[in-house]
Amino acid sequence: MAMTWKLLKQLRPPPYTATASTSLHRPRFLNFQNATRLFSDQPPLPPPSGEPPPIPPPQNSHSPSPSSLNQAELAKFAAIAGTWWDSEGPFKPLHAMNPTRLAFIRSTLCRHFRRDPLSARPFEGLKFIDVGCGGGILSEPLARMGASVTGVDAVEKNIKIARLHADLDPVTSSIEYHCTTAEKLVDEQRSFDAVFALEVIEHVANPAEFCKSLSALTVPDGATVISTINRSMRAYATAIIAAEYLLHWLPKGTHQWSSFLTPEELVLILERASISVQEMAGFAYNPLTGRWSISDDVSVNFIAYGTKTETATL
Amino acid sequence: MNSLIRRKLVENAYRLKLSHKGFCTGAAAKVSSSNGAQPSNDHVGQQKSSNKSEPHDIAIVGGGMVGMALACSLARMPMTKHLKVAIIDSNPALSNGLSIKKEDPPDARVSTVTPATISLFKDIGAWKYVEQHRHAYFDQMQVWDYTGLGYTRYDARDVHKEYLGCVVENKVLHSSLLSCMQDTDFQKTIYPSRLSSMALNPGILSMGMNSTSSGLNERGNLAKLDLSDGNSLYAKLVVGADGSKSRVRELAGFKTTGWKYSQNAIICTVEHHAENRCAWQRFLPTGPIALLPIGDNFSNIVWTMNPEEATDRKSMVEDDFVKAVNSALDYGFGPHPKSSNFGSGGIFSWFKTDTTICANECFKVPPKVMKLASERMVFPLSLMHANNYVSKHVVLIGDAAHTVHPLAGQGVNLGFGDAFSLSRIISEGIAVGTDISEVNLLKKYEAERKTANVTMMAILDGFQRAYSVDFGPLNVLRAAAFHGAQYIPPLKRSIISYASGDQRLPIFS
Repeated sequence: MAMTWKLLKQLRPPPYTATASTSLHRPRFLNFQNATRLFSDQPPLPPPSGEPPPIPPPQNSHSPSPSSLNQAELAKFAAIAGTWWDSEGPFKPLHAMNPTRLAFIRSTLCRHFRRDPLSARPFEGLKFIDVGCGGGILSEPLARMGASVTGVDAVEKNIKIARLHADLDPVTSSIEYHCTTAEKLVDEQRSFDAVFALEVIEHVANPAEFCKSLSALTVPDGATVISTINRSMRAYATAIIAAEYLLHWLPKGTHQWSSFLTPEELVLILERASISVQEMAGFAYNPLTGRWSISDDVSVNFIAYGTKTETATL
Repeated sequence: MNSLIRRKLVENAYRLKLSHKGFCTGAAAKVSSSNGAQPSNDHVGQQKSSNKSEPHDIAIVGGGMVGMALACSLARMPMTKHLKVAIIDSNPALSNGLSIKKEDPPDARVSTVTPATISLFKDIGAWKYVEQHRHAYFDQMQVWDYTGLGYTRYDARDVHKEYLGCVVENKVLHSSLLSCMQDTDFQKTIYPSRLSSMALNPGILSMGMNSTSSGLNERGNLAKLDLSDGNSLYAKLVVGADGSKSRVRELAGFKTTGWKYSQNAIICTVEHHAENRCAWQRFLPTGPIALLPIGDNFSNIVWTMNPEEATDRKSMVEDDFVKAVNSALDYGFGPHPKSSNFGSGGIFSWFKTDTTICANECFKVPPKVMKLASERMVFPLSLMHANNYVSKHVVLIGDAAHTVHPLAGQGVNLGFGDAFSLSRIISEGIAVGTDISEVNLLKKYEAERKTANVTMMAILDGFQRAYSVDFGPLNVLRAAAFHGAQYIPPLKRSIISYASGDQRLPIFS
């Protein structure tokens, strides 16, 4: 935690363009022309040889559902919904990582919304939405930080758990939970100052469409925060082999390597959805202390914060 | 696919069952005081009923030095100053304040605060109040033993510091913290009562998923505290700062490890002809005796011995007691260490790496005690450590979590360390929107403080044990250790900085 604070301090003063993490990734986008094809609405082209084969994520693209959700993924989460708030249960890694990702959110959004970083409730008066809120692990802290939070999840059971848990504390009982999808909210023309989709995009069937929905939910000049797992060899080794098979942190089959996005791909699909990524950071796990910290290494878990640009390039 | 989901659901149901079992043991923690904890409370009913029903964020049980240090620290930090805090203590000083007259002779209950503690007090703005009262910085410390073989003398200049510590009466520390608290507009409620029972409500998992409305209300995530005056209050987090016989620890069902030393300590204030500027400690076969400066011409005595001796010395006439003290600090039980001889080829000369030992490093005899300036008080000594410091809604700090041998006066410094560490971790948790009663957050405090506390307890207990045996070869070993500490400068420096509250092990500096 001391580490997080140090990093918080480091993150706070300089303007975002100067951070090491953003400048690191910008030049590399040029190499990812094939990624644009990957997330276009056309069936994906076979990948060029010599690269690790990025298998296209849409598994049930012919499904009649208008949503960008993946039905098999929903069933997976419904099965473990009851354990959301068991900090020693299947969501333990998420609980452990939560303060770290919130530290990133706090520092970037205090700057974005020009709020006092020393305030206990810096997001007072702002409307936030947590897409794929699960049991409310992110929604509750955001509410404690002062925001008016709406949490949505496509799994009915998650919403029930989230409601029950939020009602335990008067501060979090104001959270609005709905069993719905980002697409439906777009249809209802809802909009928010900040939109969050943390550890969600790797579970959706069509990331590009999903990002467009997130963008549509964000007010102009609003913020969007997305975190996910990189499609790197190290991510395969740590997030799938180690976390699911060796350490049993996560139920087997929680993640599919092929549906992971690289930071470059994410930046690109966000850009096409008129969200310009301002800052990106990685999360590093220290196996000795069992703590997570913010780092420049985006090779496994990473988080991106972007702003909605006014002009849509759709 | 369906069968897969069904299997997952079955697994899930099994997990819920397991957590239901957890709830049963949790319910066992809901102890109600059977014999009522009969307190002799003069202030029953004084509590104004204004915000009685409104839940508090933190309830601090015990408004002593450590509990008040926590409250002050919370009041001073930007992230925590908005918290609603309840302080439960029947001490009238909490509501009415303490008046300390400068002319009064010093109280026998004193603490040796380390430079680390002093800087924490300065951070919260309490040290300026300490400096308005009697206090004694000391820049020298001499430790020696009765065999005449070992002695070591520390000087603040060895570690480039102004002082090694400061001796302050406990009542001065306490009232300084109270004054510091008055400076803030912290939302605190003082309950002049005692804790009689506590109910820690189960979390959501234990309730099961179907109980949407039954049993769960807005109080669901709070601990309920019943007080001996009939009041009760709700709080998200209960802090046990209620001393070595902690009621919070007992009610929350924390297990402890520990033992009693079959020893008691006599404490009292004594007067000299001149001011004492050095902390003295001599190890006697019966236990250590310490003479600590407390300002003006006064010093404080902490003398450890077996219970029978303690009873004798408490009841003996003043002149005999003063004689006994002077003898214990001088030739009693054995000769003075012959410091000058060791330099020129004694049995320990091989320890000596640095041949320039200045004059003030030579053994000195402590100043003579003229008369007693307070009553003699006797306390039994014990060592106790709680196996855990935290659980859902509950956290222990100070003597409630650990009591140590009073040797070197480290006990209260560990307690202050706990209080400041806990407030910092709560502040860091609030910054990222964490529920302050969350065990994962509180565990960080436990991990941080357990290491520091256990290390210091082991060192002090080791000293105690090393001197509880009078056996030739062991005496030589002890003397060797002393000489190591005296003549190997890096070791000496690191021992001083460890004793000053720096969080480092002596050997690994």
